[in-house]
Amino acid sequence: MLSRTASSLYWLGRYVERADFVARLVEATVRLDALSPTPAGEAAWESALRVTDSDALYADTGAPIDQANVARFLTIDSENAGSLVRCLDMARNNARAVRTALTREAWTAINRAWLLFNSQLRPGNAMATLNLVEAVKAETRGFEGAVLRMMRNEAVWLIRLGAAIERADNTARLVDVKYHLLLPEGEPVGGIVDRDQWTTILQTVSAVTAYRWLYAEGLKPNLVIDLLLTRPELPRSLAACVEETVEVLSLVGKRTGLQGEADRLARNRMAKLHRTRTHEVIVRGLHEYLDEFIAENAALDAAIARQFRFI
Amino acid sequence: MEDNRAFDEIWGKGGPQAPRPEFAALAAWINETPREELQRRTEAAENTFRQLGITFAVYGDRDASERIIPFDIVPRVFLADEWARLSQGLIQRVEAINAFLDDIYGERRILAEGVLPAELVLGNAQFRHEVVGIRPPHGVFAHICGIDLVRTGPDEFYVLEDNARTPSGVSYMLENREAMIRLCPELFRSFRVAAVDSYPDRLHETMRSVAPEGSGLRPVCVVLTPGHFNSAYYEHSFLADSMGIELVEPADLVVDDDVVWMQTIAGRVKVDVIYRRIDDDYLDPLVFRPDSMLGVPGLMAAYRAGNVTLINAPGNGIADDKAIYSYMPEIVRFYSGGEAKLPNVETYRCREPQALKYVLERLPELVVKLVDGSGGYGMLVGPTATKAEIEAFRAALIAEPHRYIAQPTLALSTVPTMTEAGLAPRHVDFRPFVLTGRDGVQVVPGGLTRVALREGSLVVNSSQGGGTKDSFVLMPEERRQMQAMGGMLQRQELGS
Repeated sequence: MLSRTASSLYWLGRYVERADFVARLVEATVRLDALSPTPAGEAAWESALRVTDSDALYADTGAPIDQANVARFLTIDSENAGSLVRCLDMARNNARAVRTALTREAWTAINRAWLLFNSQLRPGNAMATLNLVEAVKAETRGFEGAVLRMMRNEAVWLIRLGAAIERADNTARLVDVKYHLLLPEGEPVGGIVDRDQWTTILQTVSAVTAYRWLYAEGLKPNLVIDLLLTRPELPRSLAACVEETVEVLSLVGKRTGLQGEADRLARNRMAKLHRTRTHEVIVRGLHEYLDEFIAENAALDAAIARQFRFI
Repeated sequence: MEDNRAFDEIWGKGGPQAPRPEFAALAAWINETPREELQRRTEAAENTFRQLGITFAVYGDRDASERIIPFDIVPRVFLADEWARLSQGLIQRVEAINAFLDDIYGERRILAEGVLPAELVLGNAQFRHEVVGIRPPHGVFAHICGIDLVRTGPDEFYVLEDNARTPSGVSYMLENREAMIRLCPELFRSFRVAAVDSYPDRLHETMRSVAPEGSGLRPVCVVLTPGHFNSAYYEHSFLADSMGIELVEPADLVVDDDVVWMQTIAGRVKVDVIYRRIDDDYLDPLVFRPDSMLGVPGLMAAYRAGNVTLINAPGNGIADDKAIYSYMPEIVRFYSGGEAKLPNVETYRCREPQALKYVLERLPELVVKLVDGSGGYGMLVGPTATKAEIEAFRAALIAEPHRYIAQPTLALSTVPTMTEAGLAPRHVDFRPFVLTGRDGVQVVPGGLTRVALREGSLVVNSSQGGGTKDSFVLMPEERRQMQAMGGMLQRQELGS
């Protein structure tokens, strides 16, 4: 496989995953906003900006932080490199560059997702936003399904690798921001707003039901953290992402003989996660733990680029 | 008074009530299928093309940077015997083009014998001094030719242009057929249409057949694209995909010690045959344009050393140059020893004073073209031009006559086409694709029919708003019987 193709497939995986994540985040925030009395709704949108690391860029626009403006910024704003429309643009550009490595189904799925934004570029109300993100989620699921039906070779694994690296980063940032999100003044810890925020987190990673299956207790922040960090059963947990990375790298290695620093970093990280105990992480500092995880993720990303000679 | 209605491929000179006898079934289909149904199918086809991203990019048009080419549901049909005659003419012409290229980059017999003026070849911008003396592997220069044809009557086919560089459109030939099979299956029950879907295999065979000596049993073939912003990128990826070979960009290739390698995740892989969809100018900055950011440095040295086959060969532009075109009848005669089976459109070379005088006197009746223009740019269509346009061309002609040729406006044939006001005749041209490998020349039974969608317009280029149609080539009667027998035999074998 061409090195350029490998790079585009990897980034295709990353951008599709990012688009899906942003769509889920917007959806969950719309819900949180609707349930909260102002100004908690405003805080919800502020946190969404921080999760996507676009709070500074948003501040530059000078727009007030409210549902209409932030939702617009996160979905259809072409000035925001992290917006849905830009993620899908990048995903499609990469897919176009490697069309020959994709099946027709995989390509049309991504092209269809991209076409969604060609037809409707108008800022909408909450309903319109929810419809749009629902459509994006459906299309990215369609893409994942199409990828599953592709020949089981490096092309598929590189897409999965990109998705796993991106997903790990997204989950880590989601937990980091939401955990540290300040409750509005006067709101009790464990009160309705607090609960709603934790539910939002679970919704963003589609884990509301998973939580109920895995934990007998009601919604507790430390258990949500446990779920998102250490439970490999949940596809978007850090543990699952890390295992996926190790597995995919070893599949590529078996087929091409290409193994190296990326494999070593990924395996180290898995060993470390297996040793992770949630209560210890919380005592020692969740933010520091997540910060370190995000830095490791970036180092792994760089190692992958070297190992597969991305150009 | 002369009947000035153009020949229609289906109605002939008659009308919807009196089709050409062979087309009764097609005429019945056209007449009996409700317009709304045809419209619905057209939209379904275009919708699929959009979802598949079968698009071309329009340069300098930021809002609609990708467009689909309008598709028309009514096919254009070639009868078996029409096609047999056309194929013979095409094979003869492409053989002559290859002989011509081999000759002028080698011995130059044709110039020595004065068949065409030496300076017209050697002083031509399309003549590449850089490849003089290089004989490509197995002597083939023009592996893929797209010969543009027009028709003015039952037996009047003319060659409008020879494309021997990087002719495009073959993906539309294949995708249009896919759309027709899906949307109008009944047509394939009433007509025995020759299949076009073997084209990618034939192209791949052609590529392998001209691999350099010593490439091994499985030569590595690739398609070289300028990248996914190129207007024909869809076609590049389509071809690589359907042949199952790599689609590479210049940055993926590196030349080391006159050998071309592609950079893969597992290291370098030697490349033997490159179907390049990049113009000569941008192939290799060490040889052609030094300012090109696109090319592969050292590619031409590898080519000269005989280590890689370039498809089509660099320097082919001289064969499809519009100034050389006017000499094609002489060129065909010189190399084949016979008369050209496919005539040229009558052409006035403005470089010749006599011809220039004639052209200047009759500008409003003629089509004038820049010899190095393409895609419908830099041309004057006299009958539809304004006075100002005509005067501007007159001035340009007088200033630089050698840059122009002129041709009479032909009454191009028409095919019924869906328009907003229902079916109406629209002018068409036709581009068949001719493959030349080590073992000879073959024509795929089909091609790209381009249709001018505006009423009366003769301009069919996609960059100028033209559309496309499927082109059916009907199988001869004997072939039908043979196929039926083949089918029976196969069933017997399976059953036993």
